[in-house]
Amino acid sequence: MSILVIAEHDNAVLKAATLNTITAATQLGSDIAILVAGHGCGAVAEAAAKVVGVKKVLLADAPYYAHQLAENVAALVVGLAGGYTHILAPATAAGKNMLPRVAALLDVAQISDIVKVESVNTFVRPIYAGNVLATVQSKDPVKVITVRGTAFPAATATGGFAVVETVAPAADAGVSSFVGQQLTKSDRPELTAARTIVSGGRGMGNGENFKLLEDVADKLGAAVGASRAAVDAGFVPNDYQVGQTGKVVAPDLYIAVGISGAIQHLAGMKDSKVIVAINKDEEAPIFQVADYGLVADLFAAVPEMSKELDKLKAA
Amino acid sequence: MKILVAVKRVVDYNVKVRAKADGTGVETANVKMSMNPFDEIAVEEAVRLQEAGKAKEIVAVSLGVAACQDTIRTALAMGADRGILVETDAELQPLAVAKLLKAVVEKEKPDLVILGKQAIDDDANQTGQMLAALLGWPQGTFASKVDIDAGAINVTREIDGGLETVALKSPAVVTTDLRLNEPRFVKLPNIMKAKKKPLDVLKPADLGVDVAPRLITLKVQEPPKRQAGIKVDTVAALVDKLRNEAHVI
Repeated sequence: MSILVIAEHDNAVLKAATLNTITAATQLGSDIAILVAGHGCGAVAEAAAKVVGVKKVLLADAPYYAHQLAENVAALVVGLAGGYTHILAPATAAGKNMLPRVAALLDVAQISDIVKVESVNTFVRPIYAGNVLATVQSKDPVKVITVRGTAFPAATATGGFAVVETVAPAADAGVSSFVGQQLTKSDRPELTAARTIVSGGRGMGNGENFKLLEDVADKLGAAVGASRAAVDAGFVPNDYQVGQTGKVVAPDLYIAVGISGAIQHLAGMKDSKVIVAINKDEEAPIFQVADYGLVADLFAAVPEMSKELDKLKAA
Repeated sequence: MKILVAVKRVVDYNVKVRAKADGTGVETANVKMSMNPFDEIAVEEAVRLQEAGKAKEIVAVSLGVAACQDTIRTALAMGADRGILVETDAELQPLAVAKLLKAVVEKEKPDLVILGKQAIDDDANQTGQMLAALLGWPQGTFASKVDIDAGAINVTREIDGGLETVALKSPAVVTTDLRLNEPRFVKLPNIMKAKKKPLDVLKPADLGVDVAPRLITLKVQEPPKRQAGIKVDTVAALVDKLRNEAHVI
């Protein structure tokens, strides 16, 4: 088995989701190469070379890889694909955007969002918002796979010593270009990597009230998430969304505040270790998956929780 | 500009899906079927572009069993001009769908293809990207805003850290995310009108596409159920449990 992992990065930092994908790769075989395609991304290649389990880092540097346009990166991956039995990427917005292009150009199926490796050609993946798990076997010569980060532990980020090899960039497809981006600035941990998440739903009433959650989140070192309802209502930006079509998370502690618990939301968080629900509606479906439920008005309960956390700290 | 929209017939998003007892698939007998919600957003976007004078014609395409005609009629009632069904009882996986759509695109020559970013049944999130790759077209996936001006298509995309805008040369593929628009409710007179709009039926063989599945589903099962835990009466009790029982704070 010879496996190519596509690194997720921003030209400066290797993103954590890559480490989970490398763990999935190690379950397939030990001959693992990692592709860092970007611009001015030497530091990322250096970081990738230190990840335990990686044999080789392929570094492709060109101005038109700076923003990871799918058209250009996919063409590069297809050019490098010869000889690999598996091509893996994290099932993140970037991986989901780019990898199906690779699969189509190689004329193979993609196996999306795997949560388990059964064998070199058999994988488990959730369908129907995770209400059902499908075990699928690929008949294709190359397996093109996106990996759900929360289903695999992170590979050790330091201690390895892979060689970094520069590869020639493919031609610029010239059909798309980057215009700009608006990234949410936050000092809190990233949702998909956080050990604790405090999430708000429609019950929060407005964006201003999310400050109540942020206050608790900061005392817990937690990330702040949201249900689709809260994002659709404009309370918080899109990248807060946890659910079937948003981010899938599995922290040690997930605190759902004012979230009713639609199937689509549960799909994104039901693998959390401990789930807490705070909701004034005792019939809310979220209580059916919560380890600890508190039927209460969140506008009283959340500030009170903040005070209780202060007491713990002082004790 | 001519727009092609792809629509998929799926189990309605409100249905609680169950695995069949023999593990061969999910229970779809007597289950409500609807248009994939992301595809509704795709149709809505096409209709809005037409209403804004940016698009001349909208063709709605679906692939699958004869009943997919209902899904196409829904798109026609929302405002699409005509429909095409590629009819087959065979299981269609995303690569096969992308190949069939490519063949339809080559016949219809649209300037823009809009699809949902993923279907809520297989949750694959592949077809739009695969179609774009097979056509050699650019793609704007997970779109929350589409601006068309003099042949340039600017797409604002929902990404993990926020939003990103890309400029695509026409022709292009766009896949929709949730915040792109809110699909309209179809009015009864439009449902009646939609019945009279043209709907062509083709077969995969007419398009010269091999749709044989590449993935074999060995087993379908429900994950272990999460049990409901306990209710606590006070915030203090909750914090105490999290600290001393669950050890997570």
